[in-house]
Amino acid sequence: MKLIFEESVPGRRCSLLPPCDVPEVLPSRQRKAAPRLPEVSENDISRHYTRLAAATHGVNNGCYPLGSCTMKYNPKINEEMAALPGFAGVHPLQPEDTVQGCLELLHTAQKVFCEITGMDAMTFQPAAGAHGEFTGLLLIKAWHESRGDTARTKIIVPDSAHGTNPASATMAGFAVVNLPSTPDGFVDLQKLREAVGPDTAGLMLTNPNTVGLFDPNILEITQIVHDAGGLCYYDGANLNAVMGVARPGDMGFDVVHLNLHKTFSTPHGGGGPGSGPAGCKGFLAPFLPGETVEKTAEGFRWHRPEQSIGRVRSFHGNFLVVVKALTYALTLGPEGILAACRGAVLNANYLRVKLSGAYKMAFDRTCMHEFVMSLAPEKEDIHVTAMDIAKALLDYGIHPPTMYFPLIVHEALMVEPTETESKESLDQLIAAFLEIHEKAKADPDYIRACPHTTRVSRLDEVGAARNPVVHYQFPEEARG
Amino acid sequence: MNIPANYKYTKSHEWVEFLEDGSARVGLSDYAQQELGDLVFVNLPQEGDPVTAGEALGDVESVKAVSDVYSPVTGTVAEVNEALMDSPESINGDPNGSWFVRVEGITGQSELMDAAAYEEYLKTIEE
Amino acid sequence: MGSYLSHTPAQEQEMLREAGYRDYDHLFEEVPEAVRLGRPLRIPAGGSELEVRRRVEAMAAKNRIFPHIFRGAGAYRHYIPAIVRQVTSKEEFVTAYTPYQAEISQGNLQAIFEYQTMICELTGMEAANASVYDGATAAAEAVFMCRDRKKTRVLVSAAVNPQTIETIRTYCHGRDAAVELVPAKDGATDPEALLGMLDGSVACLVAQQPNYWGIVEDAAALCQAVHGAGGKAVLSVNPISLGLLETPAEAGADIAVGEGQPLGMPLSFGGPYLGFMACTKEMMRKLPGRIVGQTVDAEGKRGFVLTLQAREQHIRREKAGSNICSNQALCALTASVYLSAMGPQGLRQAAELCCSKAHYLQKALAEAGLAPVYDREFFHEFATRCPVEPEKLLRRLEEAGYLGGLPLPDGSLLWCATEMNTKEEMDDLAGLVKEVLG
Repeated sequence: MKLIFEESVPGRRCSLLPPCDVPEVLPSRQRKAAPRLPEVSENDISRHYTRLAAATHGVNNGCYPLGSCTMKYNPKINEEMAALPGFAGVHPLQPEDTVQGCLELLHTAQKVFCEITGMDAMTFQPAAGAHGEFTGLLLIKAWHESRGDTARTKIIVPDSAHGTNPASATMAGFAVVNLPSTPDGFVDLQKLREAVGPDTAGLMLTNPNTVGLFDPNILEITQIVHDAGGLCYYDGANLNAVMGVARPGDMGFDVVHLNLHKTFSTPHGGGGPGSGPAGCKGFLAPFLPGETVEKTAEGFRWHRPEQSIGRVRSFHGNFLVVVKALTYALTLGPEGILAACRGAVLNANYLRVKLSGAYKMAFDRTCMHEFVMSLAPEKEDIHVTAMDIAKALLDYGIHPPTMYFPLIVHEALMVEPTETESKESLDQLIAAFLEIHEKAKADPDYIRACPHTTRVSRLDEVGAARNPVVHYQFPEEARG
Repeated sequence: MNIPANYKYTKSHEWVEFLEDGSARVGLSDYAQQELGDLVFVNLPQEGDPVTAGEALGDVESVKAVSDVYSPVTGTVAEVNEALMDSPESINGDPNGSWFVRVEGITGQSELMDAAAYEEYLKTIEE
Repeated sequence: MGSYLSHTPAQEQEMLREAGYRDYDHLFEEVPEAVRLGRPLRIPAGGSELEVRRRVEAMAAKNRIFPHIFRGAGAYRHYIPAIVRQVTSKEEFVTAYTPYQAEISQGNLQAIFEYQTMICELTGMEAANASVYDGATAAAEAVFMCRDRKKTRVLVSAAVNPQTIETIRTYCHGRDAAVELVPAKDGATDPEALLGMLDGSVACLVAQQPNYWGIVEDAAALCQAVHGAGGKAVLSVNPISLGLLETPAEAGADIAVGEGQPLGMPLSFGGPYLGFMACTKEMMRKLPGRIVGQTVDAEGKRGFVLTLQAREQHIRREKAGSNICSNQALCALTASVYLSAMGPQGLRQAAELCCSKAHYLQKALAEAGLAPVYDREFFHEFATRCPVEPEKLLRRLEEAGYLGGLPLPDGSLLWCATEMNTKEEMDDLAGLVKEVLG
């Protein structure tokens, strides 16, 4: 496929802006040469991006069982609501009385998402999950600091955690204590008891955890941390598995973040924008960043928490993403949210049971919304890896599961079908997995060379990293 | 497996070559580079940085992993092999010639093995 | 209640049975009784699409949409070509995740690669990432590309957008780094004060071009000064202004960041926006987040992959330079389509219109009684004094459909004009101002 720069013809342009109706004034310090942006017609642009879209796989193209990413269907009403001029046309620095609709929406979202998580207050400033983690950890830090407890410098993170957890802890100024999991994938209570102490600021946990299991000792875990004077942080990446059934707030967590772009159906956009609101129990609310919304007799008002940690981005977060997520929550209501959660867990277990004949499950027990398979036996016996199986799925038009995560499982494939896949779609996925497994045994070379039907075959990642080319190399004659 | 006899080795698979002037060069063993696969980048300390035996002095990156390189000795970085920054592949091609840093003012060292002991150690790992 | 599930009740039973479960209670057995909610969530009842549409539309209708906007301060109303919305609504782009599987994500990867190229072209820098959350976080992330064990001090010009300053402060508080403000003098970063603050422990200076008050800084002098002390220069730039203004690379910046919202994104009450980041080749491996690189496949065909991933949190974990995972990919695509539609000439034209109209507006407002605060070169924003209570003036303007300048803590007003504002509109605005001041 040509790059848009290769479709450029000098002098070609779209007619978009009117001539200047006031005297021309130009800055004195101008750039020496124009940026080499493409010179293309509107038709060129339309066709170029239609080609690129055809070479992109979205949830609308087919099953996308990418573990820990909750690639559920993205309802179209959400998109229409976010595009309403009444939201999209609002300047973020308008006076309060002219943005009552936006404030009402945020206030409603605060209430709805607090109820779902069992929290008391929430900020929508964070733009993504990792950003929410950072925010939540700053709340924990601020709380300890406000009590003069400066010795609490460590955050405990299980070895099965998402990479963002330890990275966020570092950004918030904490040292990371890695906590090994038990062989069945849970928090090791004994090791946790040994790890906590007067230097413990908190624990970060995903529950269900990254292997898709609900930790049965959750109350004991949060109690151990609280008894040691630490706080408990809930990574909401896997909330889809428990929403409507159990709440982090009732499990003993003090702070959570949500991934509205996972659990609440807003699209991932090829990597963003997401929204990672951070919720907390009441005692942490005074530290929230930016502004929260309060309802008063005169209408909705901004409230700046008195001991705020500051601001984690400009304005009020990815507001339009919140519009989409709230539209979804209002559509589902309490029953729909419970039904979505049940559907996610049902689909995962149906898939797990149907695949467990051919594939080795890392943990052979009831999972929540996702499960992890290990291709270690295949690697050992027929030299076919998790990567090979993943690439073979591409030839079926199926997006592969998450590969090589969590790190505690060798040759891991992490499968999360989500509730919006139909039984027919799951049966197709199962058939593909089983057929690939048969082929792998009969003709492992074929599987190792997969994919065979995509636009490009496996790409040279080593070359790309050794000699990075991160922008188009314009032909020399086009320079200037 | 190429294990030069004049080098000493750590259990974390670094080699160290003690030079006549009392300083020492540090690199990654042939075994380590094979295990790590195609290396794409190295993060090296700066000249003058203190290094401590058993603690990371830098790291090496493959496409999907990053691994610490532990210093076999305690001292001060006297010289950094900047050429590795441009050609990390030389660690795969010539691990024993691809030194990372030269350390001087050495005041301590990790538990080190000679070539024969390291070869034995590798056999125990392979089992 | 609404639902996006597709199982029929019969299928549900069949699947439960085949998976070995009697019912949902059995399926959720692993969740201990003690933490089960055991009651319905207390949130509004679900509804049909039409009911929900009415409810959300009613909220949108409570907002005031100003036909005439003269306020910027970090969020700018520009013309958005029709092609932008069409392209960025394509479902494949909207519903894809991060392109982890390169073989079926070439379109998405190529789009990011094209975006990185355009950001490099705009800024003159040699490398760009796939985006971060917004301009403020881009500046904060840039600070951490510059700090190391020896160089720890972070200098930020007081002429930077206050929201950006506050974000940098919050990020720095996380890593226990102090932020020192370089005072402004006559509406721009005070070069003498800066010189007095510089020493070998300074990691970087963050400045903004044009700055918060719209003034064109002597960016080259600021970069030179900080380089003289061995620190790095971070410039936060307005992308539309780069249709005309000296690039950050020409000024000598090591890192260029900025708010990409003006490149085709609606005001949206503040988000989603786009943080762009670009830097010199030497600093490329310190960039946070995703980067797409060009490579070849097994047959030698050109292709694109996520590259330099060992920098990132999923591999480096607690040693990663940043925790960023999701970014603003669809906003980056928006910027690419916008820049393709504008082309070099269109972008220059937009910049010329912004600059010319802002100067016309400044003159018209001055004649109406709002004197400029600073007598310095500016781009498309400028501050004026306000001889009456700003609230009084702004209320009157709002009644007439004008969102006036942003009231600043010192009692002045920060105005903005873009290509969206017509001469007629500005004349009317000046007339209204005159009436109120009269």
